[in-house]
Amino acid sequence: MAIYLIVALDVLNGISSLFLLCLGLAIIFGMMKIINLAHGEFIMLGAYATVISANAGVNIWIAMLVVAPLFVGLVGLVIERCLIRFLYGRLVDSMLATWGLSLLIIGIVTTIYGNTQQGVPTPLGGFSIGSYQSSYYTLFLAGMAVVMMAVVYSVMSYTRFGLIARATMQNPAMAATLGVNPARVYMSTFAVGAAITGLAGGLLAPVSGITPGMGGAYVAKAFMTVVGGGAAILSGTMSAASLFGAVNQVGAFFTTPVYGEVLVFTAAIVLIRLLPRGISGRFFKGNL
Amino acid sequence: MTIRFRLVAQAAAVLIAIVAIVLIPSVIELFAMMQLTLFAAMAVLALSLAFIWGFGGILSFGQTAFFGLGGYAYAISAINFQDSTPSILLAIIVPALFAAILGYFIFFGRISDVYLGVITLTVTLILFNCVNSTSGDEYRIGKALLGGFNGIPAVPTFNVPFHPDQVLSPEQSWWVTGGALLGIFLLLRLLLSLPAGRVIVAVRENEVRASLLGYDPRKVKLLTFILSGAIAGFAGALYVNWGAFVGPTIFSLSLSAEIIIWITVGGLGTLLGPIIGCVLIEYIVAYIGSQQALNSNLVLGAVLVVFVLLLPKGLVPTARDLLMRLVPASKPKAQHADDHAPPPVAASRMAGAE
Repeated sequence: MAIYLIVALDVLNGISSLFLLCLGLAIIFGMMKIINLAHGEFIMLGAYATVISANAGVNIWIAMLVVAPLFVGLVGLVIERCLIRFLYGRLVDSMLATWGLSLLIIGIVTTIYGNTQQGVPTPLGGFSIGSYQSSYYTLFLAGMAVVMMAVVYSVMSYTRFGLIARATMQNPAMAATLGVNPARVYMSTFAVGAAITGLAGGLLAPVSGITPGMGGAYVAKAFMTVVGGGAAILSGTMSAASLFGAVNQVGAFFTTPVYGEVLVFTAAIVLIRLLPRGISGRFFKGNL
Repeated sequence: MTIRFRLVAQAAAVLIAIVAIVLIPSVIELFAMMQLTLFAAMAVLALSLAFIWGFGGILSFGQTAFFGLGGYAYAISAINFQDSTPSILLAIIVPALFAAILGYFIFFGRISDVYLGVITLTVTLILFNCVNSTSGDEYRIGKALLGGFNGIPAVPTFNVPFHPDQVLSPEQSWWVTGGALLGIFLLLRLLLSLPAGRVIVAVRENEVRASLLGYDPRKVKLLTFILSGAIAGFAGALYVNWGAFVGPTIFSLSLSAEIIIWITVGGLGTLLGPIIGCVLIEYIVAYIGSQQALNSNLVLGAVLVVFVLLLPKGLVPTARDLLMRLVPASKPKAQHADDHAPPPVAASRMAGAE
């Protein structure tokens, strides 16, 4: 019995961390059709911001929940102004430039902090189910995923900014005619997406090994999820994250983590083959 | 600039390239020649992506998947057969089959460009992870131990076909590698000038129009993808022959990125540009590796960003445009989107072949 509970917790953990990792990317891709291949490096920057400020004596919660998103959001803002804004509508070029950017960020971080692994201790401690151990942090991550989902949903649905953002997403020319400046909407959307990604990096910092190259492990997974999810930011990302997170954890439980990832990938290819427009393109049309 | 003049110029360029390949071992030192052999093997890889990306319009972020599969297929069968002849064939067939399966899913699923990039990228990562986790005695294929992260050392290098005891010397290896580069360059050039090549470019330009004219874009793209996978696999065999070693880093993302950088720097939509870009960037990377101040990721990333923003066409097309402007055109000539080399390009091709 206890073993099933533990597997269920693992699955919950897989789903919630995948959702957190993908949310920022889904916002940037869904709203602006920019493929940000530096997504993994934004995660890495969030993790580094957390570790470095925590090791400098900042409270770990503040480091994770405030410093990481603020820092990465600012970085995102600068990158949007200096690079991304020249590339709207040039999809392939934006992929190339952000890939170059990701190499550049890895290079810079390696030069400053060296190619060594950093880390912070996991807060909150653990509990045991039967003879198995688990940590409260897993539950906290799941809670954060729910909170982020609620925040994004309510901002998008009930605020003026959300309304303008959705309008610009649907039809930039029409929004511009009505007095909205699409460039500014894109700028803030990119910064918000970057900040959410930084938050994800911060939240995952205590449970992952932090190296300059860590982003590579996330970027492919995040893309599979966003692409598999389709155009709807929340329902698409959530459904794809649930599917892939569950497949990954269950596969890893029965075989090894490596084959868990292979399974996810196979599932993703089959999914894209069957539903070329993603899960939300088929089942949640028009939803957020 | 009649057609005959262009033919003569191209034939002369090919001749000079052949002479250069033959003479190089007697002109330069062994170390420089080994480095050139590596560059030539990499340039074959560059050609494979230049072909599908520049002419087929398919941006594969995971060209190293085929490169690595070719390398591993060569290494494993060379160790088992102790003869490079069937191994080179396998290094071409295995990646081509893999490309066929993967391409079927991608193109017959009508997956758009972006998703294609994502899928190829992920395949590469998965292969890297899989091969990386094969350390231990239980992972062996025939006599070949896969070796996980440590890779497969002491792979037999090329021998004279069907004579396993006559191993090629470094000079002969260079002739094979340089000759293969020239051969594949000419093969692709020939293909692109045939009707089949026109169809490939037509599909890149406008899929709907091509299919209205009776071609099946899915099939055309799949065949292009398979051919490119086969070339990349062959490049993998050449690469393993150079180093007598293959490891999982052959699948690494940074190498995938490097191929794309070669083409962006050299010029998309040409066959010569990627070769030049490859040699140039590989030379820079080798130079960075020999000193400590700069990190190669940093330089490569900066180069890619700068080229995408400021020189999106790449070196060769930009140089060609400049030359065309300097040389007053006697006749208004139609600028082809694909690379039908006017003489200036033919002249600089020799530099690429060297």
